[in-house]
Amino acid sequence: MDMPTPNPEVLAKKAHIVARLKAVLPADAVIYEEAETRAYECDALTAYRCPPLAVVLPASTEEVVAILKVCHAETVPVVPRGAGTSLAGGSMPTADSVILGVARMTEVLEADFANRFIRVQTGRTNLSVSGAVEEQDFFYAPDPSSQLACAIAGNIAMNSGGAHCLKYGVTTNNLLGVTMVTMEGEVVEIGGAHLDAGGLDLLGVICGSEGQLGVVTEATLRILPKPEGARPVLMGFDSNEVAGQCVSDIIKSGILPVAIEFMDRPCIRATEAFAGAGYPDCEALLIVEVEGSDEEIDAQLERILTIARTHNPVGLRESTSADESARIWLGRKSAFGAMGQINDYMCLDGTIPVSQLPLVLRRIGEMSKDYGLDVGNVFHAGDGNMHPLILFDANKPGDLEKCEAFGADILRLCVEVGGCLTGEHGVGIEKRDLMVDQYLPEDLDIQMAVKDVFDPKWLLNPAKVFPLTASETRRMAAE
Amino acid sequence: MIPKTESELAECVAGAQGALRIQGGGTRDIGVPVAGAVLSTAGLSDVSLYEPGALTVVAAAGTPLSEVEATLAAEGQRLAFEPMDHCGLLGGQGASTIGGVVAANVSGPRRIQGGACRDSLLGVRFVDGMGRVLKNGGRVMKNVTGYDLVKLMAGSWGTLGVLTEVSLKVQAVPEAMGCILVNGLSDVDAVSAMSAALGSPYDISGAAHAPSGVDGHPVTMIRVEGLETSVAYRAAKLTNLLAQFGGEVVVERDSMKVAAGWAWVRDVTLMQGGRGDVWRISVKPSEGPNVVAKLRETHPNISVLYDWGGGLVWVQVPQGTDVRAVEFAGHATLIRGSEKTRSILPVFQSESAPLAALSQGIREKFDPRGILNPGLMG
Repeated sequence: MDMPTPNPEVLAKKAHIVARLKAVLPADAVIYEEAETRAYECDALTAYRCPPLAVVLPASTEEVVAILKVCHAETVPVVPRGAGTSLAGGSMPTADSVILGVARMTEVLEADFANRFIRVQTGRTNLSVSGAVEEQDFFYAPDPSSQLACAIAGNIAMNSGGAHCLKYGVTTNNLLGVTMVTMEGEVVEIGGAHLDAGGLDLLGVICGSEGQLGVVTEATLRILPKPEGARPVLMGFDSNEVAGQCVSDIIKSGILPVAIEFMDRPCIRATEAFAGAGYPDCEALLIVEVEGSDEEIDAQLERILTIARTHNPVGLRESTSADESARIWLGRKSAFGAMGQINDYMCLDGTIPVSQLPLVLRRIGEMSKDYGLDVGNVFHAGDGNMHPLILFDANKPGDLEKCEAFGADILRLCVEVGGCLTGEHGVGIEKRDLMVDQYLPEDLDIQMAVKDVFDPKWLLNPAKVFPLTASETRRMAAE
Repeated sequence: MIPKTESELAECVAGAQGALRIQGGGTRDIGVPVAGAVLSTAGLSDVSLYEPGALTVVAAAGTPLSEVEATLAAEGQRLAFEPMDHCGLLGGQGASTIGGVVAANVSGPRRIQGGACRDSLLGVRFVDGMGRVLKNGGRVMKNVTGYDLVKLMAGSWGTLGVLTEVSLKVQAVPEAMGCILVNGLSDVDAVSAMSAALGSPYDISGAAHAPSGVDGHPVTMIRVEGLETSVAYRAAKLTNLLAQFGGEVVVERDSMKVAAGWAWVRDVTLMQGGRGDVWRISVKPSEGPNVVAKLRETHPNISVLYDWGGGLVWVQVPQGTDVRAVEFAGHATLIRGSEKTRSILPVFQSESAPLAALSQGIREKFDPRGILNPGLMG
């Protein structure tokens, strides 16, 4: 993975930059000793590491303004960081960059149940947003699997999804407003507690811009009343095609499950060995969850089971209690851990049209043989968001590179069948160089032109999202 | 100019010597009037891909909305965002196009549950002001590959590019629907009632209030949709919940009547054929009645319709009235106004200086020559 050569001028004036940051922040909010900056050398994409020049941990929008003004004046790249859970390397630093971490900004600023929104500082974790409203029987819908740790700032940067977005949408569909600080240190308020944009929908562009347009310090989020209950059903099939057809039939039937999860045989076997959830040993497994009152759930599950039976399932398990529900989810929720038990893995998240599911799974199986690397598939089938987990051995020379090449081939396949490179993790550095497979140069150019408007000097998270060759002229112009 | 293909359209834009007025079906004469040659997308009409099992449809921008809706209806599906037909309100003729719907981000009563048009929009192809054919997004439900210019194009009113193709997420038409009507509530109580319903677990798909409904009396409408079992269950629960607000509660289960009632809300039928300017005010729901009360201080006889639980307020006021003279957090757009009003008052709400600078910067990148619907959004 190439990263730009650090700017020697910035490296040379480290002491000066640190002094200027210390002048505008409390003493404990600036980290610059190498032993300590090392804690920020990577995010959840651990294959690549580089300690930053310094780390700043502001506690308020005002402090963020002060930091960005210093960095802008000194032409220092800034890498915003939420909780550091990005799987795409979205907050991976370069040696000449300052990491701006929002972890200290965790306040709830306003919770309004009559108008159904909450305003928070963006360092707050995803799950604790729901936590702040659950006593009133509300919740915040997007639920990335890292929700215990991940911050709203990162959710906004990556437009995070989750298992339940089939019904509730992803971050962008639940974000009403932001307070954002531009690289020049200007505070911009966009949106608010109302539902739509008065002018151009800049909020829609900021969400998912991977920290390249501004630093979002506060967010107004839509909260929803909790459903009365939820229950899953588990179904096993003896082919991926049949499972895929079942997904399509459920969707067409008019029932809107909150989640439709899919696991293939390698994944089922790994999770059984690891968690012992009692899954049937079959080719493909679906977990379909619906919400409502007991009688509403019964009515929906009855429809779903009727559809499933037309596809000759090898196993059907309907939950009748919270305990049974937990057991159905147990295997799915431990899938990543189970695969990790076997070996190191790389997790992809390309999205495909649901109709292409059987073809794509078959091709992944063939590629797995060609590359000699095992792969398990666990994903959100309702919306076609795949999560192939490729197993490799990080200690074996060449294995990581082989795994990356395999991953790139899978993602190209996703694009080829009408899908995209990433459904919810973001591009970061991981998929940066594959962008040319999805977009023509002019399609990338208009996106970069948007960054030119927000961050003319290309100082915010500059080496991400766009292939380095594509962004080079713009990044160089800044130095 | 009515190009027949995307590349012809691109040539029209590239070769344009002056301002272009971008038109779909020409049913939405909204915004600051634009002087320029008409560039119509009507020649680009085709539902090019429809996968009911994947809940996605792709159509050329000039495809009539009615054709898209008929295609979906044949498979028991629909657009989640329930776009309004502006012809009645604006007194226009013609057939709204799907590109026009997207360009104006037209979103009806179901916006509170199923999202706005921009939330259903999965991908776009468009021609920018230099005549370049560009694409963003795609046709899959989840896509975070690069910047989301899809949202930006929705509601950009043809000022950033001429849409040539849109892909949309669709949803199944539920088997049953019902409407709980509460009669006789004041605006404030109605918004409280709607908030109570929207804060309940009963998955409301519409919440509107007319201070003066079809029969001239206040009526609050709460819609539920789903399986027959669900609709019956939730209608009963909501009847109990809404009784506390003091009005008479009635449940309407005749699907035709429910649909007609919500079409009445969606198309702002109340203000059709009326005199005066029509504004669309977007606020947090509890603020809606306050804005209306302040407007009534100077104009006691204005027509009012609340949608989105009170968060969307339609008002019909005497010509030339600036509803923004009343202060509120949110924004107001002049939807129906004489050319005179539209040249005096900003049609779209002015933005804060930093926001306006960003918007202007984006316009200059997408349309450096300033030829696409110049000035339409102010």
